[in-house]
Amino acid sequence: MAKQTVETKTLVEFKNLKTHFHTSAGVVKAVDDVSFSIREGETLCVVGESGCGKSVTAMSLMRLIETPPGEIAGGEILFEGKDLLKLSKRDMSRLRGNEVAMIFQEPMSSLNPVLTIGEQICEPLILHKNMDRKEAKKRAIELITLVGIPRAEDIFHAYPHELSGGMRQRIMIAIALSCDPKLLIADEPTTALDVTIQAQILDLMREIKTKVNTAIMLITHDLGVVAEMADFVVVMYAGKVIEEAPVIDLFKDPQHPYTKGLLKAKPVLNQKQERLYSIPGQVPNPVELGSNCHFHDRCEFCMEICKTKEPPLRIHGDSKHKTACWLYEEEGKVQ
Amino acid sequence: MTEALVEVQNLKKYFPITGGVFSRTVGNVKAVDGVSFTIHKGESFGLVGESGCGKSTIGRTLLRLNDKTDGKVLFKGQDIHQLSKSQLRSIRPKMQIVFQDPFSSLNPRIKIGEAIGEALLSHGLIDRKDLKDRVMETLKICGLAPYHYNRYPHEFSGGQRQRIGIARALILEPEFIVADEPVSALDVSIQAQIINLLTDLQAEKQLTYLFISHDLSVVEHLCDRVGVMYLGSMVEMARKEELFGNPLHPYTKALMSAIPIPDPTLKRERIVLQGDLPSPANPPSGCKFHTRCPLATDLCKEKEPEYRDAGNQHFVACHYA
Ligand SMILES: Nc1ncnc2c1ncn2[C@@H]1O[C@H](COP(=O)(O)OP(=O)(O)OP(=O)(O)O)[C@@H](O)[C@H]1O
Ligand SMILES: Nc1ncnc2c1ncn2[C@@H]1O[C@H](COP(=O)(O)OP(=O)(O)O)[C@@H](O)[C@H]1O
Ligand code: SF4
Ligand code: SF4
Ligand SMILES: [Mg+2]
Ligand SMILES: [Mg+2]
Repeated sequence: MAKQTVETKTLVEFKNLKTHFHTSAGVVKAVDDVSFSIREGETLCVVGESGCGKSVTAMSLMRLIETPPGEIAGGEILFEGKDLLKLSKRDMSRLRGNEVAMIFQEPMSSLNPVLTIGEQICEPLILHKNMDRKEAKKRAIELITLVGIPRAEDIFHAYPHELSGGMRQRIMIAIALSCDPKLLIADEPTTALDVTIQAQILDLMREIKTKVNTAIMLITHDLGVVAEMADFVVVMYAGKVIEEAPVIDLFKDPQHPYTKGLLKAKPVLNQKQERLYSIPGQVPNPVELGSNCHFHDRCEFCMEICKTKEPPLRIHGDSKHKTACWLYEEEGKVQ
Repeated sequence: MTEALVEVQNLKKYFPITGGVFSRTVGNVKAVDGVSFTIHKGESFGLVGESGCGKSTIGRTLLRLNDKTDGKVLFKGQDIHQLSKSQLRSIRPKMQIVFQDPFSSLNPRIKIGEAIGEALLSHGLIDRKDLKDRVMETLKICGLAPYHYNRYPHEFSGGQRQRIGIARALILEPEFIVADEPVSALDVSIQAQIINLLTDLQAEKQLTYLFISHDLSVVEHLCDRVGVMYLGSMVEMARKEELFGNPLHPYTKALMSAIPIPDPTLKRERIVLQGDLPSPANPPSGCKFHTRCPLATDLCKEKEPEYRDAGNQHFVACHYA
């Protein structure tokens, strides 16, 4: 459950990260000068519409950006103080699946169809934890049970296609947890699942967090999921962080016009609305972004300065709540 | 809102499962297994349920985009599945469908303007000289611009493609539209635009909708009456206020409580269903929901509950509701 975080140590710090893709249409600045931190044991949600750079941010941390066409054009990603972007390939692959693990939207594509579930859970245990086969099997059965799958022994010997989507996602979580990661990245882990199965997986993730105390970076486009899971929220739009805040603050007092719009645009169960609020227009073309507020042509408060100058991401009140919008700046107020 | 436009009577649609060397039929997927409901003129009827429960199959069978196994579909009193080819052809424009991903139904080499006008021309419903004006007018109604006429499908965003899908249906002046997950692939800020468009069009043109979605909050917003499906059967159906205010079926309750609400201060008792959705090829005995139902008893395993009116036109199939 969402709770206010006490002062805890920073685990990950994105500092001015720039990840670009060189395409035939031009340079796509998928992640453009992004900075935020994830604290130990915290669930941080990254929310935003498709294409805003959520996955690229996560893949940059994992150093899984395909180069070319991709390129990390600048910045640092500090993990416990050391810059991941400077690690050797070998050190990086040791870190992956050990201290940092990741699960994806489509669990089938990340499981190997010709290996049994058991083999796939045991592999990292043998590789990273130096367990022998017998120890690994014992731990694998424990993990399968931990993620709430009955008949763990049978499932150990099953192949991925014999499991449902929800069970496969549980197995991915089991594999991710096998090496007690300090950070678990989950990229839209429930988007492909039905709501009743999504509820099971979200429950499982919460339960696991209290048991093993890993930090979770949860990527989602669903504000309902954010409200249920997050301690802290980062809102992205067109490659930028436009607002960040503790979850209660963000929902109680959203500051950025885009965040406000998103919260109003979604119909909510048992809340009658005659007409939905809708943000006009669409997300800008990622290759033609200028140095301005990327939301300006959809924003009802757009001023001259918004079209020509990029608003800084800054604190405007509560010390943990940052917003990038000219409405909250002196320069904007004089307009 | 009394006149029935579409009547569905005990509709069944089974898909054969073939196996063995001779591809013999070894069983059936009972995608739709005896469903009845009526859609009145001018109303939006919502169909909700989890993946594979038969929503799209109902939508397609209503329009005779596939044949039925048993039962009846009446459109203005006419049995759709008994019509001759030419009768069907003349009634087609009146019943249209909008899909989740209109892109897949668009030819990448045909300009959008032509794609929208195509069916009007092929049904002989317009003179060629008037076609362009009608397309332009329809583009405008659907929130697109005249210059979009000469653009190709790949040049459009998801939300715009959905507008194109709606324009293609609307230009035929249908009375009934099946909208199968029309906003599910869209981002929240774009979803609201499309939902508002569908609402406006309904008011302007007195349209009747069958709105299929797995998103209960969208259905609550848009629909007048709602049916909840589980494994090929309707388990509950009522007016929206009644269904959302006083859900009777344990599955409906679980479905509602599973939806994450965008309010971090809210504390809810959630009913988390155990287990996975059973396969519709081999549905559980008795009440099909008994394998996941928190209230199931021995009776539920043996006896199929009757689908009955619990009062107020609120239908439910549960021994204990
Ligand atoms: N052409 C087909 N051949 C065989 N089985 C089919 C066919 N079309 C659908 N089915 C099966 O019928 C059942 C109902 O499918 P349907 O597409 O109607 O589900 P749905 O409720 O629309 O699901 P979703 O929410 O995923 O769109 C499923 O088990 C599906 O696999
Ligand atoms: N391999 C790639 N080549 C070119 N562009 C890419 C590639 N991967 C991602 N992008 C672009 O980067 C931007 C951000 O993508 P992504 O992080 O996947 O978005 P999301 O927020 O939906 O996860 C998008 O404009 C996308 O098209
Ligand atoms: S900076 Fe200007 S355009 Fe951007 S969100 Fe703020 S007011 Fe709107
Ligand atoms: S009939 Fe029994 S199993 Fe079915 S929904 Fe009612 S209580 Fe649950
Ligand atoms: Mg993504
Ligand atoms: Mg469907």
